[in-house]
Formats: sequence, C-alpha cells, structure tokens
Amino acid sequence: MTPSSTHLSEWNARLKRLVQIGGPFLGLLLVGLFFALAHDEFGEPARNTVLAARNLKTVLVQTVIVGIGALGMTLVIVAGGIDLSAGSVVACASVFGARLVVAGWPTGGVVLAVIAAGAGVGLLNGTLISVFRLMPFIVTLGSMSIVRGAAKWLGVNQAVSIPRESPVVALMAVNDPDHFLPLPPGVWLMLALGGLTALVLRQSIFGRHIVAVGSNEATARLCGVRVRTTKLAVYALAGLCFGLAGLLQLSRLTQGDPTVAVGLELDMIAAVVIGGASLSGGTGSVLGALVGAFLMALLRNGTSQIGWPNYVQEIIIGLVIILAVGLDKWRQNKRT
Amino acid sequence: MTPRLQLSGIRKAFGATQALGGVSLEVGPGEALAVIGENGAGKSTLMKVLSGAHSPDAGTMLLDGRPYSPADPLEARRCGVAMIYQELNLVQHLTVAENIVLGVEPGRWGWVNRRERRAQAVRVLAELQSGVDPDAPVSALTIAQQQLVEIARALVHEPRVLILDEPTSSLTGVDVEHLFGVLERLRQRGVSLLYISHFLEECQRVCTRFTVLRDGRTVGGGDLASTSLDQVIRWMVGREVKDLYPRTPHEIGAPVLALNALAGREKPRCARFSIRAGEIFGLFGLIGAGRTETLRTVFGLDPVRSGEVQLDGRSETSTTPARRLRAGVALLSEDRKREGLLLNRSIAENLLLTRLHPVSWCGFVRPQAERRTARSWMDQLEVRAQNEHQAIGELSGGNQQKVAFGRLLYHQARVLLLDEPTRGIDVGSKAAIYLRIGQAAAQGRAVVLVSSYIPELLGVCDTIGVMCRGEITAVRPVADWTEHALIAAAIGQSLDIPHA
Ligand SMILES: Nc1ncnc2c1ncn2[C@@H]1O[C@H](COP(=O)(O)OP(=O)(O)OP(=O)(O)O)[C@@H](O)[C@H]1O
Ligand SMILES: [Mg+2]
Repeated sequence: MTPSSTHLSEWNARLKRLVQIGGPFLGLLLVGLFFALAHDEFGEPARNTVLAARNLKTVLVQTVIVGIGALGMTLVIVAGGIDLSAGSVVACASVFGARLVVAGWPTGGVVLAVIAAGAGVGLLNGTLISVFRLMPFIVTLGSMSIVRGAAKWLGVNQAVSIPRESPVVALMAVNDPDHFLPLPPGVWLMLALGGLTALVLRQSIFGRHIVAVGSNEATARLCGVRVRTTKLAVYALAGLCFGLAGLLQLSRLTQGDPTVAVGLELDMIAAVVIGGASLSGGTGSVLGALVGAFLMALLRNGTSQIGWPNYVQEIIIGLVIILAVGLDKWRQNKRT
Repeated sequence: MTPRLQLSGIRKAFGATQALGGVSLEVGPGEALAVIGENGAGKSTLMKVLSGAHSPDAGTMLLDGRPYSPADPLEARRCGVAMIYQELNLVQHLTVAENIVLGVEPGRWGWVNRRERRAQAVRVLAELQSGVDPDAPVSALTIAQQQLVEIARALVHEPRVLILDEPTSSLTGVDVEHLFGVLERLRQRGVSLLYISHFLEECQRVCTRFTVLRDGRTVGGGDLASTSLDQVIRWMVGREVKDLYPRTPHEIGAPVLALNALAGREKPRCARFSIRAGEIFGLFGLIGAGRTETLRTVFGLDPVRSGEVQLDGRSETSTTPARRLRAGVALLSEDRKREGLLLNRSIAENLLLTRLHPVSWCGFVRPQAERRTARSWMDQLEVRAQNEHQAIGELSGGNQQKVAFGRLLYHQARVLLLDEPTRGIDVGSKAAIYLRIGQAAAQGRAVVLVSSYIPELLGVCDTIGVMCRGEITAVRPVADWTEHALIAAAIGQSLDIPHA
C-alpha cells in the first residue's frame, strides 16, 4: 500500500467508527432540530417549551427508568440473548420496595434488598438459559408472567403507597423545577452507571467475554471463555439493573404498583437497538442505548407538548425504531 | 469462435481497499482456467463479481459475446454462471435436497413439487457419485459431504460457466478424484471452468491455462504445461520462494501428551499415541476417520467416553477448553467460520482473546497495549488488512486463517493441536507457517498436525500416525512413510505393500 492510501484507509476506518457511535446522536440531533423549528398548536415555537432547560430536565427524569433498564438489556443483547421479564421485574421490585418501606426497613436495606431481588430473578433466568440450555426468549417470556403474578401477589392486587417523606422518594424528586440543576440523584445514578457499564463492556476482560459469547458461542468456548458463567453473570447483572429501575419507579410514583411498566422491556429493547446493537448479538453500545432511551423520551414528551395526539407519537416511535435498524443495515451493506 | 467469458478492466474497491485494480481474462467454451494468486490478491472478489455477489466499480464483462452484468447470484445462476464459494453456504436446518434446489425450486404457484425436487437432487448427486443421502439434514453431514452438496447445487441449473473457489480445501484423496472426474466430464460437455486453488499441482491436473493475480491486477498467465511452477510462484509472490518446506532443526525431549485408548462420543474409538516436547506429530486419515474428533476430545470440547488423556503424566477425568488453555494446550479449528473466529469482531480481539492478561490491568484491557501487541503479531504473520480494528470477516480467507493460527502462537501454547492449519493459505505463506511450526518445535513445544495434504505431512513432521475408522492404526517416524503407504494405511490396507 502506498503511504497516501494507508492514510486514506485510516481516515475511512475513523469515519466508520464515528458513524458507528454517532448513529444515535445523529438521530437525536435530527429530533432536536425538528423541535427547534416546530410550533405548537397555539403558534408558540417549540424551542421555548420542548427544548427549554426545565423541560429537558423533565425528559431526563423520564429517561431514567428505561435508561437504567437499557443498560442491563444492552449486556443481555450483546451476549446474544434477550430478557422479556424486565418490565415485570421493574413492577415487582417497586411493590417489593414499597412493602419494605411500609414495614419500616431502613433505606439502605430497602435499596440492597430490592436490587438483590432483581439480581435473583436474573440469576434464575440465567440458570435456566445457560445450564439447561433453554431459549432466552421463551424462558424470559415465562418469567415475565411469573414475576408479574408475584408482583400482584405481593401487593395483594393493588398499589402500595409509601410516605412522601421517605428517603426513597428523594431519589427521583425534582426539587427546583425551574432550573436545570440540581438534577435528581436518579439521573446522576443513570449517568454514572452508564459510564461504568460502557467501560466494562468495552474494555474489561469480562466485557470481551460477553461480546465473544454473543458473537459466536462456539468460538468463545474454543477460546476458553466460560460461556455458562458469563451468561449467568450477564442475566444477573441485567436483573440487578431492572431491580434498580424498579426502585426508581417506586420513588417516582411514591407507590409500588404491580400493574405499571407493562411493555417497558420493549422500550428498553428499542433503546438498545436504536443505540446500534444487533439482536443477533456481538455488537452494541451502552452510550448509544442511553441516547436511544433519551431520544424516545424526548419524542414522547415533545410531541405531546406541541399537541400531537397520542397515536401519532406511537407511530413516530415505531418509525424511528425501524429507521434505526434500517440505517444500521445500510451502513453494514456499505462495507461489503 | 467467441470466447465464453471475457472480462476486461474489472475494478472493485471496498472503502479504501482496492481489491481489484483492473483485471482482464478470457475463457473459451470447455476450457479450464486456473486463477492463481496470493492471499488477498483478489481472486475471491473477482469471482464474486462474476457470480453477481458484488457489482464491479468499472470494467466490462461479456458472456458468449453479449454484455453480462448480473444483479445478484440468482440472476447469474439463471444466465448459467454458477459458483462454489470458498466458505460453505448451506442452510443447516434444511435437507440436502432442499439445499440443492434452494432458490430454483421446481414447482408451480409457489408450491414446491417435492417429487421433482427430490428427483433433481438425486440426479445431480448421482452425477457426483457422492453417496450423500438427499433427505439428510445438512447439519448432520461432514464438511466434505457439505462441499459435495455445494457442488451439486451448482450443477442443478446446467451451468455454462462454473466457478470453483478452493473446492478441494476440505476434501481428501478419493473425494478430490471424484471431483476431478466430474469436472472433466463437465468440461467435455462444453462447460467453462474457472478454478481457484492454492495447490498448484491441482491446477495442473484440472486446467490447461492459468492467469496470475497480484494486488488486484493481472500480472501474468499462459499455458500450464509450458511454464515451470517456479515461474508461476515467482509471478504470484513477486519474489523467489526457495524452500517450500523449510525445516528448523529441533530436539525432541520428554513426553508431554499421551492418549491411552482414548474413546470419544462416536469417534475416536481407540486412539493411542504420545508426543514429546519439540516433536511434530502428523495425523493423516480420510475424512471421517476421526482425526478432528480426536483433537476435540483431547481439548475438552467433546466428552471422553473411555480411556484417558495424560498431560505431563497426569490425567484429568473431565476437562474443559478453558482448563486446557490454562495448561497451555490450544486448538486451531478446521472450521474458522463456524467455530474458529468471531467474524464480526476485530482482528485484535480475535488474536488476543485467549490471553488478555498481558495487555490488561486490573481486569481492564489497555487499548494502547492491545493495539501494539496486535500490530506486532499482524506484522510477524504478514496479515494483510487495513488495520487491527478491521472486522476479521472482511479479510480474505487466507488472512483469516493466519489470524486464527496466530492466536495459538500468541497464547504461547506448549501443545498446539492444529487441524488443517494451512487450509486456504498461499504457497509463500504456507512456507512461513511451516517455518513457525518448526520454530515452535525448536522452542520445545509439541505439535499435533492434522492434515489431508500428504506433501505437507511428509515435509514438516517428525512422526506420522494414521487414523482409520476411529482408530490409530500405525505410527512411524516420517522417514518410514511414503505417500503410497500413507494412503494404503488410511484406507485400511495392509502396510506391507511395496513402496511405489
Ligand atoms: N467485504 C469486504 N470488505 C472489505 N474488504 C474486503 C472485503 N472482501 C474482501 N476484501 C479485501 O479485498 C482484498 C482481496 O480479497 P479476496 O478475498 O478477493 O482475496 P483472495 O485472493 O480470494 O485471497 P485468499 O486466497 O486468501 O482467499 C483483501 O485485501 C480483502 O481484505
Ligand atoms: Mg479467497
């Protein structure tokens, strides 16, 4: 190769990587641009309402639950699996947490217990999937129903309210709605956890093993990756994220409701996919998933602010998901 | 007479990689042309352009004098250009017959005519004299049988041009002879053949003319009969390759690995041999003799039914690949697409996966160290790629193989279990790999080399064992073997026939 062509190829590779991570950001930019130009039904420019700092704060808070769930979901999807029980785990964790708060547990104990319960469900899923080699789709479809049932049983079929003074509520409380800062602790939690997950997935040995298992399980085994342990750990970690998301759900609603978060797992999956992951495993970006979650929250919030009916939102979100996957496919085709 | 196929000035780039930079060639009806070149020279890309899998950036193609530009492989097949790809492309869940007619199913209104489908499959399978059951699921076949199914698939549509990209890389003697017989018959029927192989002897058997590609350009060609192989290799590599089987002097030390009447799930039934440090042990046999299974059982990928594997004199009742790797035993798989590599991941990731500790700190991989290590290995192995972040699936077959082999060297394995390590590798790089195997032995590593290529076994091994129907039937020093004796032993004949 001549020097200039090596140079070119370096650039090309860099550009590709930029598009790879930049994909979801590009979508976000487009949506932002749209709201910067749009007007609501009263002729008010949306940039003063939707894109105002105080509203963006609201959108961020609305992102947190799906966002934290999407972190766990990214791990699962990169490892070549899927977890449909996420929404049920969120609901169940919120009821469980509420019962503990009502029972007078200290806050630290509540947090640990709820997270551990989420991880426990994940561990069960993981055991069935990795040790008994059952399909992740089916196993988690089953546990989705089981855990939802458990949530209703725990709540005796109704929502369990907790006192507004409980420290758990402070996790998602918006104290100064007129200013962007301070952000509620939940938002910082999501960002910090996102950074950590991204680091682990991209740079840790464990992360490399997750990717290897998702990319080609046979190869991973050949290369000495402990496939079962890795999968087990992935589902447990994902369950942990879902449990945490449930805790934040409880904080936000100030009640543990066994009927919330139906279909939330699909939002998480959508966020992960918009973020550039492939459902066949082996690729995915944590940062992308967070951007994807934020993008969906912004779309929902923004379109309702400018007065578009609910069904339009749903259609648009569906289109965005398909567009994201289509873009990904197109980018891959470019390479071959 | 107009040529059957005429290409001129074909160019194709992938991003910044100019895979083809102006290729021209011509084949007449009933003629067989060998397309020769190093790994990454652009052979497969050229054939994919021809078969409609890629569209060229520039250049013209004429088929029987008429412009030819297929939009996709199906259209190419309809025009009578069929291709057998370097990598197997069968649908594992479907049966042999279903695979053979896939995309050209006989029938009406979207309903498949099952009887007709089976008849077509049976016809082409009979033509190949393959003995493959048309109703068997493809996943149950060996690689050699799958290869035959691929060939059968190409024949269904009465091709005018048949392209074969390294078709013999997973076949052994008898199957290769079959294939050559079939090719000869096709040629006499007027089918033109484009034949790609890294085995120049094969090219001489099948083809009359050849053309050489280097760096995506046509650099030479002519009659195979009137050109010496040295000349062909010089064109190909751009320099002289003096020694095809370089030997590094190495000393044989203490026993490392011993198999005592080892039996696996089905095969091996009774494998018994031992290797010492610094020894290169060749394992020959027909496809299906159980060589691959033996390696897999030793490595812990397949369960041990009875017998034992002793490593350094100790035997473990059950083991896993992870444990074997920690003990310094590594395996190179014969099937890099299904098992050997993470195709959508980078070269660096694939190369370093089994031993990430040296490039990491507290469980986290250091990007700098990773990049540096990967680069230095890529240089040593002469891997042709844009950079270490390129997805390995984008490399040419031979370059993928180099990375797969490099992983074992990087792992610093003491025992290397190599299953067809030079599959799909060009002459120059093969010599480099033999050199590496020799060096590994000189450093006191033990090597088990499974190969179907006899000259290679005779050229590099110290000892050769032959497997026949799941058992090791003979183990002798290399000096006591001849090509003839190896084949005789592999098909289970008495070993005492006179040497040819
Ligand atoms: N899909 C792709 N994307 C990017 N580069 C590619 C792609 N396919 C091939 N290349 C590049 O094009 C060049 C030619 O590759 P090709 O597969 O045609 O080589 P080849 O002559 O068939 O080699 P081999 O003998 O190893 O099979 C290589 O440098 C390869 O990396
Ligand atoms: Mg090739």
